[in-house]
Amino acid sequence: MADKVVIRAEDVGKHFGKLHALRGINLEVNRGEIFGLIGPDGAGKTTLFRLITTLLTPDSGSLTVLGLDVVTQYRELRRQIGYMPGRFSLYHDLTVEENLNFYATVFGTTVKENYTLIADIYSHIEPFRRRPAGKLSGGMKQKLALSCALIHRPALLVLDEPTTGVDAVSRVEFWELLRGLREHGITTVVSTPYMDEAMRCDRVALIQSGQLLSIDTPTAIMEGFTGKLYSVRAEENYSLIMALRANPHVHTAHPFGSSVHVTFNTEGYHATLPQYLHEKGIENVTIEPISPGIEDRFLELMEREP
Amino acid sequence: MRTVLYLIRKEFKQIFRDVFLGKAIIAIPIVQLLIFVPAVTLEIKRVNLCIIDRDMTSYSRGLLEGIQASGVFRIKQLTLAEDEAYSLLNSNKSDMVIHIPLGFGKDIGRGNPVKIMVSVNAINAMSAQLSWVYLNGIISGMNMDIALENIGSLLPTNLKQVDVTHRIWYNEMLNYKHFMLPGILTILITVIGMILGGINLVKEKEIGTIEQINVTPIKKHQFIIAKMLPFLAISLMDLAFGLVLGRIFFKMPFVGSIGLLFLSATLFLIAILGLTLLISIYSHSQQQFLFVAFFFLIIFILMGGIFTPTDSMPLWAKRINLFNPMVYQMRITRMVMLKGSGLIDIGKDLLALLTIGITLSVLAVRGYRKAV
Repeated sequence: MADKVVIRAEDVGKHFGKLHALRGINLEVNRGEIFGLIGPDGAGKTTLFRLITTLLTPDSGSLTVLGLDVVTQYRELRRQIGYMPGRFSLYHDLTVEENLNFYATVFGTTVKENYTLIADIYSHIEPFRRRPAGKLSGGMKQKLALSCALIHRPALLVLDEPTTGVDAVSRVEFWELLRGLREHGITTVVSTPYMDEAMRCDRVALIQSGQLLSIDTPTAIMEGFTGKLYSVRAEENYSLIMALRANPHVHTAHPFGSSVHVTFNTEGYHATLPQYLHEKGIENVTIEPISPGIEDRFLELMEREP
Repeated sequence: MRTVLYLIRKEFKQIFRDVFLGKAIIAIPIVQLLIFVPAVTLEIKRVNLCIIDRDMTSYSRGLLEGIQASGVFRIKQLTLAEDEAYSLLNSNKSDMVIHIPLGFGKDIGRGNPVKIMVSVNAINAMSAQLSWVYLNGIISGMNMDIALENIGSLLPTNLKQVDVTHRIWYNEMLNYKHFMLPGILTILITVIGMILGGINLVKEKEIGTIEQINVTPIKKHQFIIAKMLPFLAISLMDLAFGLVLGRIFFKMPFVGSIGLLFLSATLFLIAILGLTLLISIYSHSQQQFLFVAFFFLIIFILMGGIFTPTDSMPLWAKRINLFNPMVYQMRITRMVMLKGSGLIDIGKDLLALLTIGITLSVLAVRGYRKAV
């Protein structure tokens, strides 16, 4: 465990029948970091996690986790991984306490032994410890699942879209908890479809159609954005996007909430844009240069890869 | 070992926390035994007859008296019109038409061979056959009387004949309840084990808990054992329960060793649960599981010998039955309960159950990793 690298993937591939779920994945995750895997639904996030957690075996390439081969040493590896699948998958008919005890026993440990590790998380749900897990709210279910994934003090925590379907307050709270875990020396690999959460990771990998587009710190990824980005607002968003996309000078136009993020093919065209939009019957247009976010960079990378 | 015990404890907790399941496990055997055992019977009672007596002599009346005295038949209609008789047969109001032709008595008196015509409604082949056998018995009795009468007038010596006496063993009263109960008990424990055990595993898949289990260090065989034992225990408990009920309500005898019956039931249930887990491992939903489970269940039950003796099945069916655990268990249960068979008598059957059980369980353990 002297090795700094916790997960090392070399040219890993996985296919289901004719579908290539993952292709040529090269990846290194370092000890103690929060590593984010960002990508749209169906990009291959869950498949990669299922390979890391030994639920699937890779078809090609080599994958070592915590210095152990996922194919030959899976048994040893499973003792050291905590996995939280995307879907809440604890026993609905067992109580909070019983679920926690169950996973502790299955890993040959006790709740008492590792209580310090989960105290911060479990204290939120402890008042409900006699309630069946199926009757908890979304945020509490997630905290229970995290407690269960941590109860055997794993060296690596794998969280598959832990915040999907959880309210905004609980999401923020959850990320605070993950930061707290870093102090216990636990490496965390987390996937999310939310770009704002990517910023909370130490490093992120962008994944699209089973291929990694970029791996870096969130800041470095944002800085990789090549063009100049403008935010365009108008009264009616839909016709605005349609008009922008019809303009040959416009390179990209992506909706971001109430505004549209635009890049141009022609330098300086942004000055003439209001005129063009006016001709199209779109009024009250505001245009301002903005600094790109991680999502802008991601969309840029996605467009480059066909 | 500690892990397996803990897993089993978890299963029991879940089963008995389910208010409905907890009750159903007790209620189902009571209801099934109390309804099925008295209801399912092969005894033929009250076969409705329609008689066309064209003869009207003392001989024909003698025959009818004999038929009526048997208690099996009931003369519902006496007629001279064939049309009426056959329309009764057609409308299921009568099960059998006996046509006694004109000259029946006269011919007997002269010593000529006589014929009567019997038409049987064989919609239910089994009851048709049985009533036919009863009727034959009555007629051959009458034949004997006629023969004695004729011979007696000529030679007043004893008639030389083979006199058949019979005694029915192991179920002296030919009590169908005592024949059916062991069979129904066998079906009952099969259904309970199969449905409870199979749905349980598929449910873990549907909810997704199996994902979580799979990343733990639980070993394949530990998981399968923990999925098997609770349902084995519940089924055995229901077997014990059913035996007590049978004793109380149907005065079911138990000649053999209870321990031996439970040994064989354990082997049998390992086979059934092995198959159950094998099916559920490859099923993605409860529907899929139930569909396949019923396929096997129906084959097992209908070919298992609850109604029809397996010995009289065609050869290919007997070959299939070599792999049907229910055949062995049904036979063992009846032999142990009614006949008091010992380990040596049922040894071969036990060995067969053990082989099927081990094979299916090993397949389930091996299939588990591949399919989940």
